[in-house]
Amino acid sequence: MSENTESKGLQNWAETNIWALVLLTAIVVSIGGIVEIVPLFFMKSTFEHNKYPEIVWAGVGKRPLAEWKTGDGIRPNRPLEVAGRDVYIREGCYLCHSQMIRPFRDEKERYGHYSLASESMFDHPFQWGSKRTGPDLARVGGKYSDVWHRKHLRAPRSVVPESVMPNYPWLEGNILDPEAIESHMRGLATVGVPYTEADFAAALEETKGKTELDAVVAYLQVLGTMAKLDDSKAYRE
Amino acid sequence: MDATAEQKYNLDVVRWFAVMAVVYLVVGASVGVYIASELAWPVLNFDSPYLSFGRLRPLHTNAVIFAFGGCTLMATAFYSVQRTCGVRLWSDKMAWFTFWGWNLVIVLAVITLPLGLTQSKEYAELEWPIDILIAVVWLSYLFNFVMTIANRKSSHIYVSNWFFLSMMIMITYLHVVNSLAIPVSLFKSYSIFSGVQDAMIQWWWGHNAVGFYLTAGFLGIMYYFVPKQANRPVYSYRLSVVHFWALSFGYVWLGAHHLQYTALPDWTGSLGAAISLAMIIPSWGGALNGIMTLSGAWDKLRTDYVLRFMIMSLAFYAMSTFEGPVMSIKTVNALSHYTDWTVGHVHSGALGWVAMVGIGALYHLITRCFHTEMYSVKLINLHFWAATIGAVIYVVAMWVSGIMQGLMWRAYDDYGTLAYTFAESVEAMHPYYAMRAVGGGIFLFGAAIMLYNVIMTVRQSMAEGCVEQARTASLATATA
Repeated sequence: MSENTESKGLQNWAETNIWALVLLTAIVVSIGGIVEIVPLFFMKSTFEHNKYPEIVWAGVGKRPLAEWKTGDGIRPNRPLEVAGRDVYIREGCYLCHSQMIRPFRDEKERYGHYSLASESMFDHPFQWGSKRTGPDLARVGGKYSDVWHRKHLRAPRSVVPESVMPNYPWLEGNILDPEAIESHMRGLATVGVPYTEADFAAALEETKGKTELDAVVAYLQVLGTMAKLDDSKAYRE
Repeated sequence: MDATAEQKYNLDVVRWFAVMAVVYLVVGASVGVYIASELAWPVLNFDSPYLSFGRLRPLHTNAVIFAFGGCTLMATAFYSVQRTCGVRLWSDKMAWFTFWGWNLVIVLAVITLPLGLTQSKEYAELEWPIDILIAVVWLSYLFNFVMTIANRKSSHIYVSNWFFLSMMIMITYLHVVNSLAIPVSLFKSYSIFSGVQDAMIQWWWGHNAVGFYLTAGFLGIMYYFVPKQANRPVYSYRLSVVHFWALSFGYVWLGAHHLQYTALPDWTGSLGAAISLAMIIPSWGGALNGIMTLSGAWDKLRTDYVLRFMIMSLAFYAMSTFEGPVMSIKTVNALSHYTDWTVGHVHSGALGWVAMVGIGALYHLITRCFHTEMYSVKLINLHFWAATIGAVIYVVAMWVSGIMQGLMWRAYDDYGTLAYTFAESVEAMHPYYAMRAVGGGIFLFGAAIMLYNVIMTVRQSMAEGCVEQARTASLATATA
């Protein structure tokens, strides 16, 4: 068994020199991440809009978001939706709701067209989620009325008796701070979301006097409605 | 032996980390049982923002991973690096900085998470000022550890230290890259990454928090404490070399398997799944290496309850490192993803492997560092059974609910329409969510017994002046 306990070569170097061990370990643990992550920033095929440019709104970064109409294509969130998304993050909604529909028959029937990478390209950070204690929300926009959402957020069991979702009665009492939302949008612009000056100005107007409940409803109602997807096209392999 | 150890090594910081680890185990498990109960009985959210599931769930994961797991890793790494290198920690002051800094991070997490201050990246929720503090404290831990090894008396670096080191390096990478964000105010920031790239980076972090923090680090614990407790050498040196390099290289690739069938390009998910399958080999090699360390001394399991924790942890390790690759196979993942099966898998690893091997090491540490026997050996045995039974009930509940969820979501009736509404699947989960809360409660009961046993042991040690005696005795031997 003696040769079984003696180290040789590189292994011996690593075992007798701490700096060698640090260096070799640092190299070995880097490889997988580099191979899997870096290409995603360079490969055109990562985003579907490189092949189907019509899914992104032509006015992105050029025209004010107020000019966008439902179905015109993927765009950054409008001020009230930004505020709603902030609340969505704060309350940890992503822990029970995914926003990522997989290409299966049952998911198509339950939730709609499978999700595209381009649809979340302005999402800092992503909200795909990892668990469906509640249903997927990627295309919940337009499925229920605003009134339903308000009731449901205040007291989910008043409209869905089986639900285990917490009540969110505090949302309607919290008035939004338009200046904070504007600064959040400027922060998002810093990380690459193409907002225009007109959008920052709109932030102060569009969110004035609105509540967090209004904001969350606005956010939920836009989810999945931005682009009109064509069933006959293969957006992904 | 103990007498010189007390003088030679810094056991003080180890004692503090070890005791805090036990405290945080109880805290983290309590929050876990509470949020599990919220899912079974939503009235427990009490219409309060600070108690709602979405805010407390990150508190639970942070408390068990970073508070309990972190203090356990710091106690065991600082202890075993001194023992295996035959030298005192490179810097006592830096070790105390690590201790107070880490505990400050935990206190800040307890305050900010219920307030809803979060980056929304799972297991990396804490906002940017705390992230910076974590990076600084973590580097102090890494630096002190490396410098202690550099000062060592032995020629070769012992295997447990490789694993600890690999964990420390990888977590530095992961934490820094995944947390890159632009602040918009003191407690709000936006990740510099978006959508698909952010998802890949998040799960590169997410799976390696499991692969390195909770696996490599705890394997470091296994490689030092199992042979020590069993009083036998590691079964195979060669196996540990293979285990180490294969695990360090391979684990990094697995994150992509969390994103199969999503908008992540197919090649990435498939690559992640392929390497996940291959990881069964080093993982089982490692589990075997730990279990076989007992060969020829199996009778010890009858009397040594601490060893029981360790061997049971290795059985859970083998089980969940088999289950993980199975779940990464595309056809299985199509069913299991988004369901409670994932939660069950995580907890068979977390309760069965991480907590049990950590608990075993902590019992060992506490007797060595407080220079006394445990207050009650019977209570250790009771804890062992509570932890085992609790973990099994938890995991079984989640297996059943997870598979049932997956099947209900995709079930069709005779007319070719979906058989169940989503709400019906939620209703069907109720008994299993209740069962999970009970399983978690039994596990928590065991943890509370451990805390009581540890407090009584520390009191016993203080009453008898064991630490003081060890200090002065060593002075006497040193002068003699």
